[in-house]
Amino acid sequence: MLYSKRQKLSQALLILFFVILCTLIIYPFLLLVGVSLSSEKAIGQYGYQLIPKEWSLASYKYVFENPSAILNAYKVTAIFSVTAMVLSVLLMAMMAFPLTRKEVRARRALSFFLYFTMLFSGGLVPTYILITKYLHLNDTIWVYILPSLISPWYVFMIRTFFQDLPEEIFESVRLDGGTSYTIFFRFVIPLSKPVLATVALLIFLGKWNDWYTALLYIEDESLMSLQYLLQRIMQNLKLLQSLEGSASMVSTEKIPSETVRMAMAVVVAGPALVVFPFFQKYFVKGLTVGSVKG
Amino acid sequence: MAESKSTAVKSVKNKKHMINGKTAEKLRLYSLCAIPVFLVFLFAYVPMGGIIIAFKDYRFNLGIFGSEWTGLKNFEFFLKSPSFLLITRNTLFLNFLFIFFGTVASVSVGVLLFEMRSTKATKLFQTVMIMPNFISWVIAAYMAYAILNPQYGMLNAVLNSFGIESIDWYSKPEAWPAILTISSIWKTVGINSVIYYAGLMGIDTGLFEAARIDGANKWQQIIHISLPNLLSLIIMLTILSIGNIFRADFGLFYQLTRDVAALYPTTDVIDTYIFRTMRVVGDMGMSAAVGFLQSIVGFVLVVITNLTVKKIKPESALF
Repeated sequence: MLYSKRQKLSQALLILFFVILCTLIIYPFLLLVGVSLSSEKAIGQYGYQLIPKEWSLASYKYVFENPSAILNAYKVTAIFSVTAMVLSVLLMAMMAFPLTRKEVRARRALSFFLYFTMLFSGGLVPTYILITKYLHLNDTIWVYILPSLISPWYVFMIRTFFQDLPEEIFESVRLDGGTSYTIFFRFVIPLSKPVLATVALLIFLGKWNDWYTALLYIEDESLMSLQYLLQRIMQNLKLLQSLEGSASMVSTEKIPSETVRMAMAVVVAGPALVVFPFFQKYFVKGLTVGSVKG
Repeated sequence: MAESKSTAVKSVKNKKHMINGKTAEKLRLYSLCAIPVFLVFLFAYVPMGGIIIAFKDYRFNLGIFGSEWTGLKNFEFFLKSPSFLLITRNTLFLNFLFIFFGTVASVSVGVLLFEMRSTKATKLFQTVMIMPNFISWVIAAYMAYAILNPQYGMLNAVLNSFGIESIDWYSKPEAWPAILTISSIWKTVGINSVIYYAGLMGIDTGLFEAARIDGANKWQQIIHISLPNLLSLIIMLTILSIGNIFRADFGLFYQLTRDVAALYPTTDVIDTYIFRTMRVVGDMGMSAAVGFLQSIVGFVLVVITNLTVKKIKPESALF
């Protein structure tokens, strides 16, 4: 198909517009990387620069020479993210399946039971008191996992998918003497991989980015999530060393503090950003389903 | 004769077995959702009962039931304090800015993306624009800090090069409605524009063809076909966000402002106030009271907005 000159021009302008817009959007990322690769002296002189006036890897060297705090946070975050993802997807599928079966008389009531929690909540204080005073989940890794296992929104997303599975399969399993358990574990779950993968990824990412839980419930430094450690480091760089024990007390003045902070942010955000484009398809699907009810 | 008898017995037996089987099946289905239901009950419904804290002078050592009743004192105190007006105004005003400018930005980006011919370029741009959606507010706060830092920040360097003196952004509350709005759009424009883009993909291509044959240019097509077709989607999403206008994105307000008290006049919202009253001030009763008010007002608003949506377009309503 041949385009007229005018059309070509407008296409070029559109591309130019988006190139500028995208540059503006990723500019803050690039700035972080730029600052982290700059020498501390250059920052003192010229301020934060996108392209360092004086390149230096001192900040990364520092981060990787004092890795225990960040490695520990990585470990904690990975453990609770994966555990929460697996348990959450399994339990939400177990919740969603009965909601699609006619035999379950209470399915409308159960749906409402879930749905109501999206409209009304007890609020922060009662939840906080329940978790700290009665369940004693604070300062345990379970606080990252248990309270948020069931998200009604995702349950409904999974339910919608289950509803479209062919009924014939269930009939034939029944005739072969299979029970609902067989149907669910052997057929429904394998057949629903697309939706379960989308939900799993969204949950994992939400957990990976979780700082709020730690802000409320974690005081034990060895249980801090990655994002929360990063937030604390903004205020107090010494935290990076705190887990090393007092033996390696370096005076904080020697730390290239400005660049180390930014290097930390790059180390924390980096993996997710590198992995993200590969899963974008799933994210977009999940988010559009989540935004406009099908 | 004997044969038919035996089949009859068999069928009765079968029926009995079937009935038992049905009950067993029901039990199996219910057993599947037993744990999830328990978890929802524990972590969502039990705290609803905890709302009584709002009517008590909560003391940690006395617990919920041991603490003294104070009636409506917590509410009275809050509603009479200057904080009430401030945080309500900030929450409503900032959310209004986010909804208005956010919608304008997302619709524009969606429409422009739709005009692009190259699908490869469209995909690439979408990927870049969606990225901030998966960045936590903690990291976003680092980015904002790199730009706004009074001493080394990028923004002041730019201002200086124009001969304008450096500004200490973290002690300048009047700048923050704009900063927060830009940050909110930065984070959401990619993903929201995808929704509008998908809406445009659903329009009958015949409409655009007919318009082209009639000599309509691109601009006229946008005005007369794209936008009117998106209108119901725009209205729907706007109404739904109005339903949530009393709820603030805690991370945005807490992390980006670095919880600097000097900025509270324009950045303190209901959710940050509830958090601070509980964790910093330690006034459980008061914090619970504000949370209760927010929940109630939010609930009423969501129900109203949903009824509105249902009237306009039943299939878009949440319930």
